[in-house]
Order: sequence, then C-alpha cells, then structure tokens
Amino acid sequence: MAQPQARKPVEYFLDNKKFLHPKLAANYGNWKYHDRPRPGVLHHVANTGDEVWTVRAGTARQMDVFTIRKLCDIADQFAEGRVRFTIRSNIEYIVSDEKKVAPLIAELEKNGFPVGGTGNSVSMVAHTQGWLHCDIPGTDASGVVKSMMDALFDDFKKEEMPNRVRLSTSCCEINCGGQADIAVVIQHTKPPKINHDMVANVCERPTVVARCPVAAIRPALVNGKPSLEVDEKKCICCGACYPPCPPMQINDPEHSKLAIWVGGKNSNARSKPSFHKMVAAGLPNNAPRWPEVNAIVKNILMVYKADARPWERMADWIERIGWPRFFEKTGLPFTKYMIDDWRGSRYNLNASAHVRF
Amino acid sequence: MAKQPHATPLLDQLESGPWPSFVTGLKRLAKDKDYVVDLLGHLEHSYKTRKGYWKGGTVGVLGYGGGVIPRFTEIKDEKGEPKFKDAAEFHTLRIMPAPGMHYDTETLRKFCDIWEKYGSGLIALHGQTGDIMLQGCTTENVQPAWDEINQMGFDMGGAGPSVRTGMSCVGAARCEQSCYDEAKAHQMVVNRFLDDIHRPALPYKFKFKFSGCGNDCMNAIQRSDMAIIGTWRDNMKTDDALGKKWFAKHGMNELINDIVSMCPTRALQVKETKDVRKDAHISAVALNDSQSLEVDNKDCVRCMHCINVMTGALGPGKDKGATILVGGHGHLKIGATLGTVIVPFMSLKQEEDYEKLVELGQTIIDFFAENALEHERTGEMIERIGLANFLEGIDVDVDANMVNCPRSNPYVNTGGWDEEVARINAKKAAA
Repeated sequence: MAQPQARKPVEYFLDNKKFLHPKLAANYGNWKYHDRPRPGVLHHVANTGDEVWTVRAGTARQMDVFTIRKLCDIADQFAEGRVRFTIRSNIEYIVSDEKKVAPLIAELEKNGFPVGGTGNSVSMVAHTQGWLHCDIPGTDASGVVKSMMDALFDDFKKEEMPNRVRLSTSCCEINCGGQADIAVVIQHTKPPKINHDMVANVCERPTVVARCPVAAIRPALVNGKPSLEVDEKKCICCGACYPPCPPMQINDPEHSKLAIWVGGKNSNARSKPSFHKMVAAGLPNNAPRWPEVNAIVKNILMVYKADARPWERMADWIERIGWPRFFEKTGLPFTKYMIDDWRGSRYNLNASAHVRF
Repeated sequence: MAKQPHATPLLDQLESGPWPSFVTGLKRLAKDKDYVVDLLGHLEHSYKTRKGYWKGGTVGVLGYGGGVIPRFTEIKDEKGEPKFKDAAEFHTLRIMPAPGMHYDTETLRKFCDIWEKYGSGLIALHGQTGDIMLQGCTTENVQPAWDEINQMGFDMGGAGPSVRTGMSCVGAARCEQSCYDEAKAHQMVVNRFLDDIHRPALPYKFKFKFSGCGNDCMNAIQRSDMAIIGTWRDNMKTDDALGKKWFAKHGMNELINDIVSMCPTRALQVKETKDVRKDAHISAVALNDSQSLEVDNKDCVRCMHCINVMTGALGPGKDKGATILVGGHGHLKIGATLGTVIVPFMSLKQEEDYEKLVELGQTIIDFFAENALEHERTGEMIERIGLANFLEGIDVDVDANMVNCPRSNPYVNTGGWDEEVARINAKKAAA
C-alpha cells in the first residue's frame, strides 16, 4: 500500500498579538499602575486612561475538554472571548467594564472555579505529573495538590497572608515543582533495589555510573550477567540512577517518604532569590489524601500567618526570627539530617556568636 | 457510551472537597471513552500500590526528534498482556503556547476538539516548562493529532537534550513593571532555536525564561539556563499624585515599617520635601504637601519591593533593558543552582538590541554544546570549569556585578595580573 505523502511540519513559534484581549493589545507597554479591589481581582490603569479588571480563578490544571469548554463559554459571555493562564495554572479573565466583574465571579464560582490567588494569598500549587503520566514518579501530583488545595481553599480565596505564598510539589528529588515558600518533595530512604536480570538489556552502564552524585555505583558481574552494584554506605538514595536505568528501582511504597521544605523564593524583592530548606521528612506517602503532609503544611502556614510582619515572605520571616524559633513555633523537630554536608555546606553553618535567646 | 468503569474507591475520595477535581474531569471523559475508563483503572492501581507504572520508549512525529513524551503501561497480566489494554499507550504531545499564555476561545475549543477526537480529552494547562500538555494518545494517533495542531499555527515544544519551550510573564501586555517587550524577546529567541528544540542534539536541556522585572514571575533565575530579567539604569519614575494617595490611605507607620525599613540597600529615606537632595541620581515622591520619600538610585538594586507596595507612585525608570543570568537548574546532580549574572545590563529598546540578545543566546548555546559533558546543565558546567573560563569562552568581560564578593581564599595563580590590568585599561581607553 502506498504511504501517504509525509507532511513537513511548519516550524514557527507564533506571537501572541491575536490572542490578547483588545484592551491589552491597545495599551501594550503603556500601563501606569494597578490595585486590587478585592481578592481575586486586579485592576490595571493605563497611561491612556483605559482600565481593565482581571478576575483570577483556580483550576485543576489537568482538565477535561468539557471543563475547558465551560471556561471558554464564560470567556465568551464576559471577557470578549479571551483568557490567559498564570504560571500556577490559574485562569485569568480580563474585562473592560467594572460592572461585569461581580457577575463573572458569580458565574465562575457557580461552576466550581474558586476566585482568588491574587496578592497576599496562597496561590495554586506548582506541580508535576506523578503517577498519572511520569515514568519515574515516587508519588502522585494532582492528587496531592487537590487534597492540599482543599485544605487551603480559604487561604486561596482571601488575601490574609503576610505576603504571597507559593507552594510546589515534586514526585521525585529532581524537584520539577521548583523552589517555593513551602515545597513537598519525595525523599527516598532506601538504596535502589536492582533487577540484575534487566540491567544489561536496558541500561548503558557507564552512563548510570556517571550519573551518581557520590560515585556509589560500579559495574559488577551478578549471577554471570553484567550488572551494577551500589555501595549502600555511600548511597544518598537520591534516585538519580533510576531515570537512565529503570532496573535501579528506587521507588518503594513504604520507604519513599515525603519531605517538606520552606523558604524558597524566586523574587528579587528585598532579599536575593533563595532555595527552600528541609524542615520535615519521613512523612508517609499516604494516598489518596496525604493527611500527614497536609497537617504540617497547614501548621507552618498558620504559624507564619500569625507571626510574620506585613510583606515578609516565608524566607524573610525566618531570617528575622531565626531557625531555632522556627522549629520552636512550628513544633517540628530539628534533626541531624537537616545539617548540610553537601558541597558548599560550610556556608550554611553558623560561624558567629549570633544566637537568639 | 463507554465500557463499565473500574471500581476506584481511592480516586473517588479526591472528588470531595471544594477545589476543582481532576478525578471528576477524568470520570466525565470516561463516560464516552474506554481509553479513559482504563486510564482511571491504571491510576487507581498506582494509588493502591503506591507506585508508578509508565515506561518511556520512542514515539515521534515526522520531521522532529522530540516533543512527544511516550508512555507504555507496565501493568501486565501473567501472559505479559496489558491489564488496562485500552490505556496501554498514554503519550503526551508538548505544544508551545503563545508568549504569556494568552488564548482566544476559538483556539482553545479547537484544541479540545482535536484532543477529543484523537486523544484522551485530558489537557494540562500548563506543564512546568510552559507547554500545553495534550495528555494521553495512542501511537497511531500522534501524527494525525499533530498535523491538525500544526495546521492551527502551533508548533511542538522541546523534550530531551534540547532547547526547551520558553516562558514569558504577562509583562508589557498588562503590567506596569514591565521593562522590555518580553513576548517579542521570547518569540525571537525561540524562533532562532527551533532546530535545537525539535532535534535534540545538545549535552542536555537548555531553558530560556523571560521576566519583565525583578519580581521574576517566571522563576527564571532558578528555573532557566538563561534568565532575562527586566531592569532599568536611570532613576525610578515617581508620581506625586499616586504617592499622596498611597500615603493618605496607609500613613507613616506603614511607610516606615513596610517600605523604608524593608529596603535591602537602605536606599530610601523620609525627608522634608525642601531637604530632598538635588543630585542627578536622586528621585523623590511626594507623601503630602511637606514630606517626600527620597530614593538614592545609586544605592537601589532594583529589587522591586517599594514599587510593589506603592505601585504607580514609584516605578521603573525609562532607560530599560534586562539583566541576564546563566546557569539556573533543579536538583541532580550537583544540587540546585541559581543563575549567575553574566550581563548586568543589556538595553532592550530597538530591534538591534533584541537581535543582540538572540546572538548572546546563540553564543552561549554554542559554547554549551561544545564544552558541557553529557547530561550536564550550564550551571553544572560553569561550576566545573569556573565562571572566568566560561566568560572567556563566550567573550564577555568580567564585571564586579557578577559576584557577591571577591574570592576569600588565596588558591589562585595571579601571575598574569599585569597583563590583565593592561588589557582592561586598554579596553577602557578604546571605549
């Protein structure tokens, strides 16, 4: 049978002009200031005097076509058929008539899309694929996020935090969810179990050896077959060997635990950008709702909310009160596992007499 | 009507609660699609056993070497046949959205129609790299789905060791803090590297992200190999009417506690308006008829805090452009790295300025392609070879803005010192 003529792809990255709301296109690069009339709504004023109101709503990120069509119906009715998405999977509707704001909010909430995520709120969790689609996940993503956002629903809808709060989850230590004020990340606690029958067929052994951050993997002959072995005393259980070599089975229903990290910050506002720091580990991978993780996240958030000064991000707040008081106030134990011993770790030790009492 | 659904007692628990549920969405799709019935069964199995069951493979479209993420099930029966046979293949197509992730509804509806026809009907808006993720497709449907999407005007994103899909903030389209045309820079850069996006041939991934100011809404410094962060060189812009309006509402205590004392470089002072310094690098905004907030723009590091709090009363200046940082990446293998400044200021006003930015990206990628080890990101490469060697390789002069402080250890051979100083002085004299 004759093959159909192969279509050559059109390689071109399109511009966004035709997708912009008409008022955004007309005032491109010419905005003066903004304010927030209520949580979930931004009000931007252009130098031309034009004004737009943006209504932001949360989504599940992983959406079925019926949900997306519903979001489109709402855009056609209120927002001149235009929408945009934020980096945290919130949808934004832009309206040029203030009178449309309240009915738009009502319509979104009636259809189950919470309006919020602006200003000093807890926005939607930046997250990964997890069990739904990833080839190396230690846990799920959408489910963790759903249960977390259920618990933080009011904090998404209100602007009552000291500053904005950004969360992330990651299903392995690669941390695809990224740095965040609070991040939930898989932390394996056992070295990989090696399927020696498979290694020779599936893995490029030198690549796997090179991938290990602590040089714990070496080639070995096991049961007469070329395979790999792991020095379990050296192994830091990071899972880096698993993506290039699936027989290095790192995921474990019991021993792949969850850790919680705080104080990551991407913005340059006030302090320089910073990485999040581990404050809890050993939490069970307790699908479908991960209650142990959510309880700690909620607790940290509530302590931060009560104790931080206006405009202090999580990292700014901890810098003021100090780590000992962070652990005291949150009731979390400080353990030896939190003392950095990776490269550059000396800079994370206290080389001063600065001690808070 | 699709086949009988599998029992999903664990996933069912994710339908309660106020946040929108992806499980409810999947169940809606499962009413018509055996594919999604089995997908739900597959996912429930993961929830029950607490493990993932997808493995990679090779699936692509004609002409491209990447952009499709292949997934084959590993849940097999004793005969080696897939247990959830209708969802035995669950590939994802990564598609690049327009800069700033703006859509008209006609476009979104077309995506829905195509994905309902060829795929699972599940779409993630968006993946962490910024792609539209069309999730769940059989091998045979990948090409026809892609053909229709490409004919809509959309192109495929990156995967594997390639330049990846870029991301840019809402920026000039709706933000007063925007310091350059983020969408234009994004579009020009991506169009230069389409070949490197579609045909993975680099040591490892390379990401560009574009943020219009230091708030870095795209998390570019942390998440990208080349971060383009908007900034300005001249004095902060001020608006007395908005300054007075802010002060009338918030008062002196908030001004001192929330703004002046939170400035990281102590560049702000409250003064009697008559006492505000007259130097060229000083700007001031009125608080009332007698007092002003004075900004020493030489001390200011453009962190954005005061501008965020007093939006409009204070704002970025007119001489705009970007600071460029290189080398951000996530964990594995040396640990996460943040980007490092390699260009303190690049003007981004004229067409030529944007072309210069694209050229710099090309130079850096060329050096990366030549010098990085396999599976090594730019940040890791720079750590291995040293920033000074990297700068020499891309022909960029050193600048004190690139470091927090000069070295604090003596472990360096300074034998070339005199030649280096002479070279710098000659360059200065020639400029």
